[in-house]
Amino acid sequence: MINSHAGKALTVAMAAKCCIESATMLRHNRRGDIGVKIVIELENVAYSYGGGELLSDISLKLAPGSFHFLTGPSGAGKTTLMKLCYGALLPTAGHVRLFGADVRGLDRDDITAVRRRVGVVHQDVKFLDHLNVTDNIGLPLTVSGRHAEAAGNDLDELMSWVGLTNRADALPPELSGGERQRAALARAVIMSPDVVLADEPTGNVDWDMSQRLLRLLIELNKMGKTVLIATHDLSLIRATKAHVQARVLRIANRRIQLAGADL
Amino acid sequence: MGSLRALLAGDRNADRVVPPSGFTAQLTVFAAGAMAFLAVFALALSLASGRLADRWGDELARSATIRIVAPLDQRSAQTDAALRILETTRGIASARALSDEEQRDLLAPWFGNDLALESLPVPRLIEVIEDTDGMDPAGLRLRLAAEVPGAVLDDHNRWRQPLIEAATRLRLLGWVSIVLITAAVAAMITLAANAALAANAQVISVLRLIGATDDYIALAFIRRFTLRALSGAAAGTVLGMLAMLLMPRGSDMGGFLTGLGFQGSHWLLPLLIPLLAAGVAFAATRAAAKRTLKELA
Repeated sequence: MINSHAGKALTVAMAAKCCIESATMLRHNRRGDIGVKIVIELENVAYSYGGGELLSDISLKLAPGSFHFLTGPSGAGKTTLMKLCYGALLPTAGHVRLFGADVRGLDRDDITAVRRRVGVVHQDVKFLDHLNVTDNIGLPLTVSGRHAEAAGNDLDELMSWVGLTNRADALPPELSGGERQRAALARAVIMSPDVVLADEPTGNVDWDMSQRLLRLLIELNKMGKTVLIATHDLSLIRATKAHVQARVLRIANRRIQLAGADL
Repeated sequence: MGSLRALLAGDRNADRVVPPSGFTAQLTVFAAGAMAFLAVFALALSLASGRLADRWGDELARSATIRIVAPLDQRSAQTDAALRILETTRGIASARALSDEEQRDLLAPWFGNDLALESLPVPRLIEVIEDTDGMDPAGLRLRLAAEVPGAVLDDHNRWRQPLIEAATRLRLLGWVSIVLITAAVAAMITLAANAALAANAQVISVLRLIGATDDYIALAFIRRFTLRALSGAAAGTVLGMLAMLLMPRGSDMGGFLTGLGFQGSHWLLPLLIPLLAAGVAFAATRAAAKRTLKELA
């Protein structure tokens, strides 16, 4: 049932996304990056801040449709790595390639185009508090020049998929932690991105809600989306085992230490 | 140019992404209105000063007066002699002696209507109008001194020049006031835009995260402040023009104060003030937004 809702909404959203992808592909075409098989690639990446090196010699490839967990203790650099994966941070050494293009060669408009292909969910998700839930979820459509009203049915189905139909008119401060995370997930996928990055998506919710969010992310993966979840919750990783083959990447001592380990 | 086109086209959905700022918005509208109101007066001052300077410069520039100060029995003869000299003087279009009636009218404000002019040693006045080439006052003075000892030439320069200078300075002061008002509007809008951008750092962060370009974010703020300045300035301009309309009117010649206002097509000039305010707000907000977005990058 949920899968059906999500399928319809995301299929229609996929069609709407074509123009953006075309623009991005055109840019990539100029750089000779057509035909990429890896959506996100980090090669010998290091990142330093305030004189200290937070990440060192990180290499990582996310293939289309793959499912990854990024785990490690608090402060290990999971969030930093996630930000590198969508161009919010630039590496101090090494290369980050998003859809085949090196982020160092991208201007702000290119980064914006890339971000429309990457849905991001943060633990401390931020909304525009003066807009209701529906408007917040439809915001990526608005800023990309399409009006949320035009995507009314898709938006409704997406709201239904994340179970927020009855909270459509609520303002973000009125939402519970789980509702905020589901709204963030809906906002992240409304443009039908190729990749979904979720940074501690279950950090502020109870077990049941974390399982519900996990199921939504698994559904997205089964639709062909690449999913990367940063979490220190090992039970979440174990719960995924029955549904999808996921790779676990563990960060410790500034490096990925268990890359490639299957559950 | 693209920003301007997008601004004029408008986008209701884009307008909504920036939260309403309530009191700040009202202050911006009020300040733009007050500045526009002052700008209308500065413009009126400048235009009225200009008219005054033009009148003193043009209408009185080509006229002069000769006073015949002579005993009563010689006054008529000296007047005729002066007129003969004027007839043969180059640069003079016409010259005529004022009649007793005209002189009486001139003195009436001070001496009343029953003045017995013929019994008083009142100088005879000769009105001289120059042609386009103009006369040589120094040469004329020499000729008059030689042939009409009681004639005194007054080419009006002595009192006209300081008045023209004063009116010109006053006109300049009006324009300087408009420039200062424009700069004040720019400063005020910049401060308000900076405050709004700083207060909405989280909104900007969210918009960037979901794929909004910096141009899109900037335009949302630019449009808001430009429309506020435009609406405030429009209201201030209308009130200013109404106030000018209600100013007491003088005669056509008018004193300076009663002539302070707009005449004819000059009534259209204040309508440019809201457009100027909107243009200034557009530029100021654009600069503030670009700078802030760069800092937040």
